[in-house]
Amino acid sequence: MLTNAHLKYESQKLGMNYFRVAIVLFGAQLLLGLVAAIQFMYPGFLFEVLDFSVARMVHINALVVWMLYAMIGSVYYMIPDETGEEVVGAGLGKLAFWVLTAAVTVVVLVYIFIQIGSGTEATIWLINEGREYIEAPRWADIGIVVVVLIFYWNVFATFMKGKRTGIMTVMVADLFALAGLYLAGMFFTDNISMDQYWWWWVIHLWVEATWEVFVGALAAYGLIKILGAKREIVEMWLWIEVLMLFGSGILGLGHHYFWIGTPEYWWEIGALFSALEPVPLVAMFVHVLYDWGKEQGHMEANAAEGEKAHAVNNTPAMAWIATNAFGNFLGAGIWGFFHTLPQVNIYTHGTQFTAAHGHLAFFGAYATILIGMMYLGVQGASGIKKMTMTFKTKMALFLIIFGLLGMTVALTIAGYEQVLVERADLGGGWDAYFTAQNLPWMVQAMGWRLAMGVVTFLGFVYLLWDLLTIGKAQAKEA
Amino acid sequence: MSKKNASVWTSIRFWRRSAAWVTGTATVLLIWLTFNTMGQISMGSDADLANGVKKRIPAPTVINYHIDYVMDQKRGHEVPVIGQKEPFFGKQWSAEEAAALLHHGKLTSQAKNCMNCHTLLGNGAYYAPDLTKAWLDPRWEDGTMAAITGKNSKEEAMAEFLMHPSQYPTHARMMPNLNITQDEAVALVAFLKHMSSIDTNGFPRNFSQNAKRLEGGTNAH
Repeated sequence: MLTNAHLKYESQKLGMNYFRVAIVLFGAQLLLGLVAAIQFMYPGFLFEVLDFSVARMVHINALVVWMLYAMIGSVYYMIPDETGEEVVGAGLGKLAFWVLTAAVTVVVLVYIFIQIGSGTEATIWLINEGREYIEAPRWADIGIVVVVLIFYWNVFATFMKGKRTGIMTVMVADLFALAGLYLAGMFFTDNISMDQYWWWWVIHLWVEATWEVFVGALAAYGLIKILGAKREIVEMWLWIEVLMLFGSGILGLGHHYFWIGTPEYWWEIGALFSALEPVPLVAMFVHVLYDWGKEQGHMEANAAEGEKAHAVNNTPAMAWIATNAFGNFLGAGIWGFFHTLPQVNIYTHGTQFTAAHGHLAFFGAYATILIGMMYLGVQGASGIKKMTMTFKTKMALFLIIFGLLGMTVALTIAGYEQVLVERADLGGGWDAYFTAQNLPWMVQAMGWRLAMGVVTFLGFVYLLWDLLTIGKAQAKEA
Repeated sequence: MSKKNASVWTSIRFWRRSAAWVTGTATVLLIWLTFNTMGQISMGSDADLANGVKKRIPAPTVINYHIDYVMDQKRGHEVPVIGQKEPFFGKQWSAEEAAALLHHGKLTSQAKNCMNCHTLLGNGAYYAPDLTKAWLDPRWEDGTMAAITGKNSKEEAMAEFLMHPSQYPTHARMMPNLNITQDEAVALVAFLKHMSSIDTNGFPRNFSQNAKRLEGGTNAH
C-alpha cells in the first residue's frame, strides 16, 4: 500500500495517495464509533470531555470523508486505464490533494478540541455547521468546492482528450451531479423545514442516487479489470443500472419528506419510488455473479486437461466486490425497504431502525467496493499479475462482515423495541423515550452492538495489516 | 457497435438513451415538485397568525400563542393547533423581535450540535429524545421540571435546564453542559416552541396521548 513502484501514471500514484488517507480515516471512523457505542452502555464515559455528540459527529464525518477520498482515489486510478491517457493536471491534482488533506486535518482537530461555539454565524463559518453528515464549517465547504473543481476538471479534460468509454461517460456525468449537489447544503436558513428539505438533496441524492451510480461504474470497471469481462456487456448493464437507479432514486427522495413539514403528496411519491429502489440493487447483484460465473466458465472450458483455470486475477478485490453486490442489496435494499413506507415510517422514523439501516447500507453499498478498489491499487502498485487472498485477507473479510451483520441485527432489535414501546405503546416524548431505552431488549442490543463493533475493528486491523503487506509478499513470490 | 443488433434489448444505444430520458424526466419532476413544496413550506406571516390562516410553518411570532397538538379526524392524525395569545418569557414579542429570536435559536441549535444526540423533525442521532414536539412534552407541561428547576413557567424551566443540564439529571444519560448563555437558552426555547407548531403530517404519532399512556406504564419488559 505504501509503494507506487510499478505505477506508470501520475494519476494512479495520486489515486494511491487518496487510498492511503482513506484507510486512516476509516480507522478513525471505527474508533470514534466505538467511543459512541461505549457511551450508550456507560454514559459517564468521557462525559463533558468527548461527548456523544462529538464522537458521533467525527464518526459519521470520517465515514463520509474516507469514502469521498476512496472515491476520488478510485477515479484517479481508473482514468489512465479507461481513457488511455495520463491525467492532464497531475501537479494541480497533487496540490489539491495536500490542500484537502490539510483542511480535513484542521476540521477534525477543531471538532475534537473546540467542539462547539456560541450561537453566532462565526461558529457556522469556523467550527461546525451542526447539520448531520455535512457538519464541516463553511470555510471548509468552500475549500472542498475548490478542490472538487480541480478534481472534476482533471477528470473531464482527460476524458475529452482520450478514449470516451461508456464507463467514463457515466462517471463524468455522475460526478458532475455529485459535486453540484454539495452546493445545496451550503446555506443557512431559520426555517428548519426548508433547511432539512435541501439538506436531504445532498444526503439522499448522494447516497441513494449519485453514489449508487458511481458504484455501478466502479463495479463495471472492476469486472473488466479483474475478470476480463466483455466491455459491451458490462457497459450495457451499466446503462440499465443508471436508468433504474436514477429512475427510482431521484424521486425516492420523497421518503425523507414525510414528516418534516412538507406536503402530504410526498407520501405517495416517496412510497412508490423508494419501494422501487431495491430493484436495481438486485440487478447489480445478478450482474456481478453472472459475469463472474460466465468468465470462470469460459476459462474452464478453454483450459487444457489438468490445468487449473482461474478467471479472477485479484481474489481479494473480487471478494469485496461480490460482498458489495450482495451487501448493497441487503443493506440499502432490504433494510431500506423495511421502513420506507409512510405507514411504517411514522413509527420507525428517528429510531435505531435508521441506525441499523445506515450501518449495513454504508458498509454494503460503499465500504466494500472501495476496499476492493484499494486491493486493485495495491496489485497495480506492486506489479502483481495474479493477486490471491492471504490469511489476513480472509480474516478481515470474515470479521468485518460478521461484525457489521452483528451490529445491524442488534440495532434492528433495538429499533423494533423502540418502535413498539416508545412510539406505538407510549406515543413518544421524553419519558417514553427513556422508558424504552431502559428496557432489557435495548440494553442487551446495545451491548451486542458494542461487542460486534469490537469484532469489526479487529477485522479492520487485519485489513490494514493485509493492505500494508500483501503487495510486497506477493511481488516477491511472482 | 457497427454491427446491427439482433434486438433492441441488446442495444447499448437504446439503454443509454432510455437512461438519459428517465433521469431527465425524474429530475424535471423533482424540480417541479420542489417549486410547489417551497411555496408550501415558506414561513407564514404575523398577519396569517392573527387572521387564523393555517400555514405549515407559521411565522416566528407563533411564540406569542398557545400551541396544542390534537387529533384531526378528517386528516386521521394529530395536527398542531394555534390557540389564544399567551406571554412568552413574560411578554409579547414583536414580529422583528420574534424573527431575531428564532434566528438566534436556530443558529444556536446548530452551533451546539444538538442534532448529533437528538433528532429534530425525526432526523439526527438517537442518543436523546426527539425534539420535534419537545415544547409540548408532558415533562414540561405538568410542572415537574418547573418544580425541579424552581421556575414559575415552562419556558423559564426549559431555559434553566438548557443552561445547566447536568444539574437536573433525569436519567443516567445526561445532557452535557454546552456553555449555553441566558440569551441563547431563551432563543433555543423559542426555536423549540416554533418547531412544535410545524405541521409534520402527524409525526410523532400519538404524541398528544403520551401522558395518558405513560400513567399506566408499559407492559413490555
